[in-house]
Amino acid sequence: MAELCAVIGVGQTKHAAIRGDVSIPGLLREAAFRALEDAGITFADIDAVILGTAPDQFEGIMMPELFLADALGAVGKPILRVHTAGSVGGSTANVAASYIESGLYDRVLTLAFEKQSESNAMWALSPKYPFQPPITSGAGGYFAPLIRAYMRASGAPDHIGCKVAYKDRVHALKNPYAHLHIEDISIEKVKASPMLWEPVRYLESCPSSDGCAALVLAREEVADRHSGPKAWVWATEMRSEPMQFAGRNQVLPQAGSDCAKSLYKKAGITNPQAEIDVAEIYVPFSWFEPMWLENLHLCEPGEGWKLTDNDETTFGGRLPVNPSGGVLSTNPIGASGMIRYAEGALQVRGMAGDRQVDGAKVALGHAYGGGSQFFSMWIVGSDKPS
Amino acid sequence: MRDIAVIASAQIPSERRSDLSEIEMVQKVVTGAIEKSGIDRRAFDFWCSGSADMLCGRPFSFVSALDAIGAWPPIRESHVEMDGAWALYEAWLKLQSDPGLHCAIVYCFGQSSLGPVPDILATQLDPYYETPLWPDSISVAAIQARALLDGGRYTERDFAEVAVENRRRGKSNPNAQLTGDFSIEEAMSGPYISSPLRKHYCPPLSDGACAIVIASREKVDELGFAAPAWIRGFDHRVEAQSLGVRDLTSSASTQLAGRRAGARGDSLDVAELHAPFAHQELILREALELGGSVSVNPSGGALAANPIMVAGLLRICEAAGAIHRGEAKRALGHATSGPALQQNLVCVMEAN
Repeated sequence: MAELCAVIGVGQTKHAAIRGDVSIPGLLREAAFRALEDAGITFADIDAVILGTAPDQFEGIMMPELFLADALGAVGKPILRVHTAGSVGGSTANVAASYIESGLYDRVLTLAFEKQSESNAMWALSPKYPFQPPITSGAGGYFAPLIRAYMRASGAPDHIGCKVAYKDRVHALKNPYAHLHIEDISIEKVKASPMLWEPVRYLESCPSSDGCAALVLAREEVADRHSGPKAWVWATEMRSEPMQFAGRNQVLPQAGSDCAKSLYKKAGITNPQAEIDVAEIYVPFSWFEPMWLENLHLCEPGEGWKLTDNDETTFGGRLPVNPSGGVLSTNPIGASGMIRYAEGALQVRGMAGDRQVDGAKVALGHAYGGGSQFFSMWIVGSDKPS
Repeated sequence: MRDIAVIASAQIPSERRSDLSEIEMVQKVVTGAIEKSGIDRRAFDFWCSGSADMLCGRPFSFVSALDAIGAWPPIRESHVEMDGAWALYEAWLKLQSDPGLHCAIVYCFGQSSLGPVPDILATQLDPYYETPLWPDSISVAAIQARALLDGGRYTERDFAEVAVENRRRGKSNPNAQLTGDFSIEEAMSGPYISSPLRKHYCPPLSDGACAIVIASREKVDELGFAAPAWIRGFDHRVEAQSLGVRDLTSSASTQLAGRRAGARGDSLDVAELHAPFAHQELILREALELGGSVSVNPSGGALAANPIMVAGLLRICEAAGAIHRGEAKRALGHATSGPALQQNLVCVMEAN
């Protein structure tokens, strides 16, 4: 890196199924103002704005950064719009970090959002493609066969998915921003919920949310002058691979594995299982927790489900995963990746409130998208990278 | 700032309706640019693309494009929902941010034949107050053209001269689509599309794609590349969108981006301006303070070929090409996005 980058401000909306009280600009400004307030600065101090959101078809607005430019204080500044499918929230923050790391910008505001109540994701995701077989099953129908393949290969028992779903919803009760607060959540309640896409039940699926996340990133010299706690960006990484070809491992994609390995190397992490204190991982369907633990080399191959089963992925465990409640509790699609990044930053800044993992110094933020083919990740730490 | 140069580019001829799918277009330009660069496909440190899903009415156009570029083993890759010029900016910054990265390829594609582009572009506007009125992009540009005429500095004849000149220059560009020797009188007597914009003052609807390769000084030396186009200044700026809150007869964002990129309008040999409508070239020439000796749009510009999401990066490809061919020492590529020149990008390149 030409320059070190730090997170000096984090903001997010109160996520909900319908944020009918705000327009799209209003939703974004709620997160932006919280991030700016956290950083102790205003829009005037921002040098560039980087916006991420999922396909324009969702809200039916083409390149929404254009009409949002003045609401985001971007007039007279650069604004860039990132779109990398479901991983977009993560890759948007990665792009924003590269603005800082280039040395050409002092402070950058980056945001990612989705207002699903003003959109129709299922419709937008089910078009007819020429020369391609239709995938009219939605995301759950696409991923369920991959989960079954994982269960078969790993020998994981059936209850693991329900356990993840229960755990993340319990975590969400500690997070005031989370969309779902299911006070009476229990394993039995998850098990009793309708089966949607075998083996994925209703309560093992992510909700549909309105929400936005925002981060203020700053160059080292600027961050050093900032009085509040910082999350130093140790490394960012991205990988992509094609969706369909013979022999592709869609359960544990090589892009995810390569991305994690390169990320750890750049961050100077030699033993991720020991050195990472908390992970915010993109888990839209319960079973993806053990799958991604394996893909991210956070456990031995085939052992991911055992971490979940032995309560190692909750508070007090070896690696708390998604203390925020994760995507299973909050899913404004385009923002979901950035919320992972933001929650990781809050953890290493010691600002995660009731969901704080004691002594968290190093956090992983992870997002994926498309047919498990786009990956974005970062490592943030309480201290500057050594 | 690290020395980064444009070393190769490739495009396909713009057409009103291409027989190729988006994937096939991408395959051609990416392969073409890689072959010209002499860099092995697997050696690229970063890939970045630009496209817009709303044009073909389906999400994730760029996902299919991955099939065309050989993204295996997995690649470090990103995508902007913008003209490819902004993808180039992201790639350039990526190389600026990490001295371990040495080369990147950027590509973009767009097909205007897949839907009614002027109506689709109405969905770029405020979704609550403006889009429901469906102001098409030509009518929005016409409001700007009318403001320019009302300002008194220009007359319709100036619009006609820009249009005629670009179509004439486009004759020598094998990738251009709408070219020829038209007379000023012919242009000024053509039918109105949206007053005061007559047919000749509007761009063609085009399908097209292009790709560009950038490399660090170390890589350029390693390849022994003779005529790199060094990127000396690169900046992009946005304005508020609403037509009522900005002066439509000038382009503050182009002016700012140009100054920050060190454009110095009197020192350029070539300026490729992304002005889809004839009157917009007049606004951009002023914003960049282009001197009389500057060759503007030797390619014919967007009036000769306007593949959407591509025409901006094409300007940078053409400007870099002038340096590669030894026709220019200092060249500028400009890209625009949004209604009535809302967002603008300037890339200044120099020869060795």
